[in-house]
Amino acid sequence: MKILVPIKRVADPANANKVKVSGATVTHDGLEWVMNPFDEWALETALRLTENAADKTRVGEIVIVSIGPKEAVETIREALGKGAERGILVEGTDAELDSHVVAQVLAKIVEKEKPDLVLMGKQSADGDSNVAGTKLAETLDWPILNYVSHIETADDGKTLTIKRELDVGVQTLKVTGPAVLTVSDRILKPGTVKNGVTPASFEYGDLGDLNSRLSNLKNIMAGRKKPLDETTIAALGVEPKRVDSYVGFKLPAGRSGNTTYLATVDELVSKLQTEAKVL
Amino acid sequence: MTDVLVVAELSLGKIRKTTLSAIAFAKTVAEGTSGEFDVLVIGDGAEDAADEVTGFGARKILTAAIEGDYRCEAYAPTVAEVGKEYGVLVACASTYGKDLMPRVAAKLGAGVASDISKVAIEGGELVYTRPMYAGNVIGTLKVTTDVQVVTVRQSEFEPAAESGGSSDTEEVDVVEADVASRVQSLGIEVVQSERPDLSEADVVVSGGRSLKSAENFEKVLEPLVDALGAAMGASRAAVDAGYVPNELQVGQTGKVVAPKLYVAVGISGAIQHLAGMKGSKVIVAINKDKEAPIAQVADYFLVADLFDAVPALTTAVKKAKG
Ligand SMILES: Cc1cc2nc3c(=O)[nH]c(=O)nc-3n(C[C@H](O)[C@H](O)[C@H](O)COP(=O)(O)OP(=O)(O)OC[C@H]3O[C@@H](n4cnc5c(N)ncnc54)[C@H](O)[C@@H]3O)c2cc1C
Repeated sequence: MKILVPIKRVADPANANKVKVSGATVTHDGLEWVMNPFDEWALETALRLTENAADKTRVGEIVIVSIGPKEAVETIREALGKGAERGILVEGTDAELDSHVVAQVLAKIVEKEKPDLVLMGKQSADGDSNVAGTKLAETLDWPILNYVSHIETADDGKTLTIKRELDVGVQTLKVTGPAVLTVSDRILKPGTVKNGVTPASFEYGDLGDLNSRLSNLKNIMAGRKKPLDETTIAALGVEPKRVDSYVGFKLPAGRSGNTTYLATVDELVSKLQTEAKVL
Repeated sequence: MTDVLVVAELSLGKIRKTTLSAIAFAKTVAEGTSGEFDVLVIGDGAEDAADEVTGFGARKILTAAIEGDYRCEAYAPTVAEVGKEYGVLVACASTYGKDLMPRVAAKLGAGVASDISKVAIEGGELVYTRPMYAGNVIGTLKVTTDVQVVTVRQSEFEPAAESGGSSDTEEVDVVEADVASRVQSLGIEVVQSERPDLSEADVVVSGGRSLKSAENFEKVLEPLVDALGAAMGASRAAVDAGYVPNELQVGQTGKVVAPKLYVAVGISGAIQHLAGMKGSKVIVAINKDKEAPIAQVADYFLVADLFDAVPALTTAVKKAKG
């Protein structure tokens, strides 16, 4: 199975409250760049689909693609260090990109690479839009399965049984690939990804608060040597014509900032009754 | 003049309340630009459900009956065909809206304003406000295509109220797409609860990892939830641990809520959790660590062990409510 995993680097989402704005730009001075955690979940899922976890062999291919500045190469290398086989950087700046342009660029890469699946994060931790994956699927005339929490592949590798998390409950679907999938938090739980190669008796450990597996020094070094192509939006024949654009950013109005600390339940109840008037 | 098409959300043959937030948006835009709005009810049972949205002032209710479970591949072609005549297509930013609307937008080459918290009309132009960076930045966005596709954050758009009268109903042709045959639904396990819906409740009580088991959610937290007539929520850690189903997750990846009262029980207040609840009116934290980041947003912080405090609070609330 060949899987394309698009990834984006974002300013460390754990410190998103330190982001600053000025006019129509957001600045992240002092914040570390990291792989979008939602994309990391997709990468981990792709790794599980393309390995025999019991004997630690790779049985498929993962191609990583990132659209971004030159520095995004580091983020691609990180994914290669975790086990993906190849990388592609499409150089582009935030100003050129919206979900429409991203979908067009990714569609070109899909046409070239012909993967069986595209696995993506459902949103980026900065833009929080939740649009690009679905637009890509429509551009390709492929199915889109958003919020996937379980994946099981049949022997032919083309049919997938999927569970996905909707607001109203969990939906089970049978999908004939190729398809675009975005994953939910739960995909990282043990027992959610079954590729027919890793023995059913094998159990992935719980990742805890990690968003994907850790890499060791040997694998990180190997990742540095893996093939990584660079191209541009123009070279792919995509016109970077945005269909939406931000005209300004501001910080949200903070809450009052006054926290009243209480030591007893009685005090709390009395505050809720007389001060907050919600009881 | 901007005409708006509301894409209604159906579940089990009934209109979901999310639809009323999309109608509220449509009314604002239609009224502010001297346009009109229609509602498209699409899916299994669309014709019967159309009645539920007839009294909200829409020019027309359009129906498209499509049998079986929801799949965006099966719905998007019809929504796009009907929608191409409008200035704006809107749905609620529920998983339904966020799954369906970008597909419709791609069919029409349209830009998307996703999960917006506000719309303003400036010189006849629509200007959208939306939370980004887990609610830490507010972006202002314009969409530059002829058709604009929008999803609205339910907690930011008060459900439209019925205004009386009734709208004419018209059936539209269903447009099919081959790609839909590649996605077959084997069923949706719809979770039904006696409690108010998380996204709509006036009071939400959420529990975290610290509850330690599904059993404790039931024995310790639920009595408080019910005493307050609240909806139950949870942190991602509690959902991941399997204590409660995923529909209860509050946060960047879960539901965004803004009730009158939010009680966070044994929840640390990670940035991604705050993203889903910091718009609540009054926030109470019950946590034994007074340094927990939930303090950044809490109005009242009860420093206590939840296993003592929650049962005591339940008793006190019952007494207070008589
Ligand atoms: C991309 C991404 C998206 C995410 N999306 C979400 C999301 O949508 N929603 C979400 O909630 N999280 C989300 N998270 C996870 C988030 O970062 C936190 O890990 C999670 O919210 C922590 O849950 P918690 O507060 O229950 O657990 P913890 O962080 O472990 O906190 C437990 C708290 O309970 C307190 N406590 C322990 N025992 C007791 C006791 N006996 N009495 C009183 N207090 C006690 C502790 O002091 C602590 O503050 C996301 C993470 C990532 C990376």
